[in-house]
Order: sequence, then C-alpha cells, then structure tokens
Amino acid sequence: MTDRISINGESKPLSSSTLIELLEENGVDSSKGGVAVALNGEVVPRADWAQTSMKCDDKVEIVHIVRGG
Amino acid sequence: MDTKVANNEFTIAGKTFSSRFLIGTSRYPNQQIMMDAIEASGAEIVTVAVRRVSQDSGGEGLYDLLGDRFHLLPNTAGCFTARDAVVTAELAREALETNWIKLEVIGDDETLFPDVEQLLRAAEELVNKGFIVLPYCNDDPITCKKLEDMGCAAVMPLAAPIGSGMGIRNPYNLRIIREQCSVPIIVDAGVGTASDAAEALELGCDGILLNTAVAGARDPVKMAKAMKLGIEAGRYAFEAGRIPRRLYATASTPTDGAIEL
Repeated sequence: MTDRISINGESKPLSSSTLIELLEENGVDSSKGGVAVALNGEVVPRADWAQTSMKCDDKVEIVHIVRGG
Repeated sequence: MDTKVANNEFTIAGKTFSSRFLIGTSRYPNQQIMMDAIEASGAEIVTVAVRRVSQDSGGEGLYDLLGDRFHLLPNTAGCFTARDAVVTAELAREALETNWIKLEVIGDDETLFPDVEQLLRAAEELVNKGFIVLPYCNDDPITCKKLEDMGCAAVMPLAAPIGSGMGIRNPYNLRIIREQCSVPIIVDAGVGTASDAAEALELGCDGILLNTAVAGARDPVKMAKAMKLGIEAGRYAFEAGRIPRRLYATASTPTDGAIEL
C-alpha cells in the first residue's frame, strides 16, 4: 500500500521526497515570496524546505498571501 | 505642535507612518480599481490574508503586486481558535518575513464579533513569541486595556460589525478607551463613510482600518480619497479641539451697537 499524506486537507499518495518537490508538484513556485508551509502544525522555514521529508499520515499545509481586510 | 498642519504621522511599535489610514485588499470590482483605490487612500499599511494554495488559485501574485510598495499587514481572518490564529500568524510571518500581525479570532460567523477569551490567549502567546500584535477587538475598554497590558502594539476596536457600514455605534466607549490606553487606537471595522472616519479621529483615535466601505462603494477610488480626507479632517478637528456642546444659542455676531427702534 502506498503511503498517503494530507495536503491542505486532501489525502494524496506520498510521491515526493522533500517539501520543495511537493511544492513544485502542486504548482507552487518555491522561489517566489508570499508562500509558507506547515508540517503537522509547525511552520517549516523556507531554508529547510529542500531538506525536509515527509512520512505516512503527515499533514501538510501550503498557504499563500491573498486579498484580505 | 504646528498649528497649520495636522499631525498625520503616527507610530506603531517604533515604526512611523505618514498616513493614519490602513486599507484592505478584498472585494474590489477588479485589480486595477484596487490598486487605484489604495493609491488614492495614501495608505502605507495594506492588509492581506493567508489561505491554502488551491489548484485553481494558481498563485494570485498579490505579493509581487504589493510587496515592494507597501507595508503588508497579514491578518488571521477566519480563525475561530487561538491555536488556529497562532499557526496562521506563524505562517504569515514566514510568507511575508514580517512579525506584524493583525490578530482576529472570530467568535461567530454571523456577527464576526471577536471571541475575547480566545483573542486574549492568542495575543499573549504571539506577544511572547515576539510578534507585533495588532488585535481586532470589541469596543470594550477592559479588553483593550488587557491587550495593552500584555504587550500588544496597538488596539483595534470595532466601531460596528465587520462590513456593516453602521458607523460608530458607541462613541462613548471609544472615548473611554482613548482615556485608558496609551498605545495607538485604530478603529477597525464598521466605518461606512468619510464622516464616520472623521468622527473616530475627532474622538482621539489614531487611525482607521477599513476595507468594505471603500471596496463596496459605487466608486471605490473616490471613496478612498473621501476616507483619506475624512481621516485628515478628523485629526485636524481633534488637534484643534471642539467647542463644548450647549443647549442654548450664543450669538456669534456681537450685539453691541445694534440699532434699537
């Protein structure tokens, strides 16, 4: 059975080895500002994206800046 | 104090801004109108939100559009618990490289009033983590004082419910908050038109944060300008000092020398 992770609340097969790969796979340009990532409720600093790997049942939140009041 | 020019500068957490107007980026008819309205407002602090990236949102580019030109102030809108608000603030700090946060912890979907218990908890935690916390709160002097005492850089009492345009429902509370708090007071939410903004400044509030009143106006760019002028007029009036209210007339024209038939 393939390991699965949750990305922004959606269960998906775990196919990427690092956070930076995961971002690219989800159409997020990791070189741009205005983006942040939390892994199991803890923010992962941008500098650590390339070294951070995920394991089964991890919960990843990928957010960006949008309009707000 | 210079008697000719009102003091449009105000300082939050040691940073001085040349406009007392903080403006939101939501609900404009289109991006160009948003940009023109922000320009017309003269605001330096512009609020944004943090949301999950979705397949269709594909990077809105708001950061590229505004990041270089304005002091972007992220909010925690949509958070109902201290825990959500703290994590959202941490994500915002990482995304925008700022430790400033407009803290919102909402208690109820219909009124969007703050959940004071959760708000105080989140504020304390964020202050301890080194954030510059600007909390959206009730127009309640006790809550405002508690937020100030725990180290918030400003307090942002509502004038009326978010997006309601009802104006200042309780000017007396704002006056009490002004007397009891020494941090900047920014009226956040409820302002409907320029006279509401002027009234808040006349009461001694330091600034206005608004979004819907401009974005939802028939002509947002013109309303942004109106709000800017209202805020400036209100500040002038506050510095000038209004005359006391009296029940009966006082003749403005001298009565000496009037003819008597």
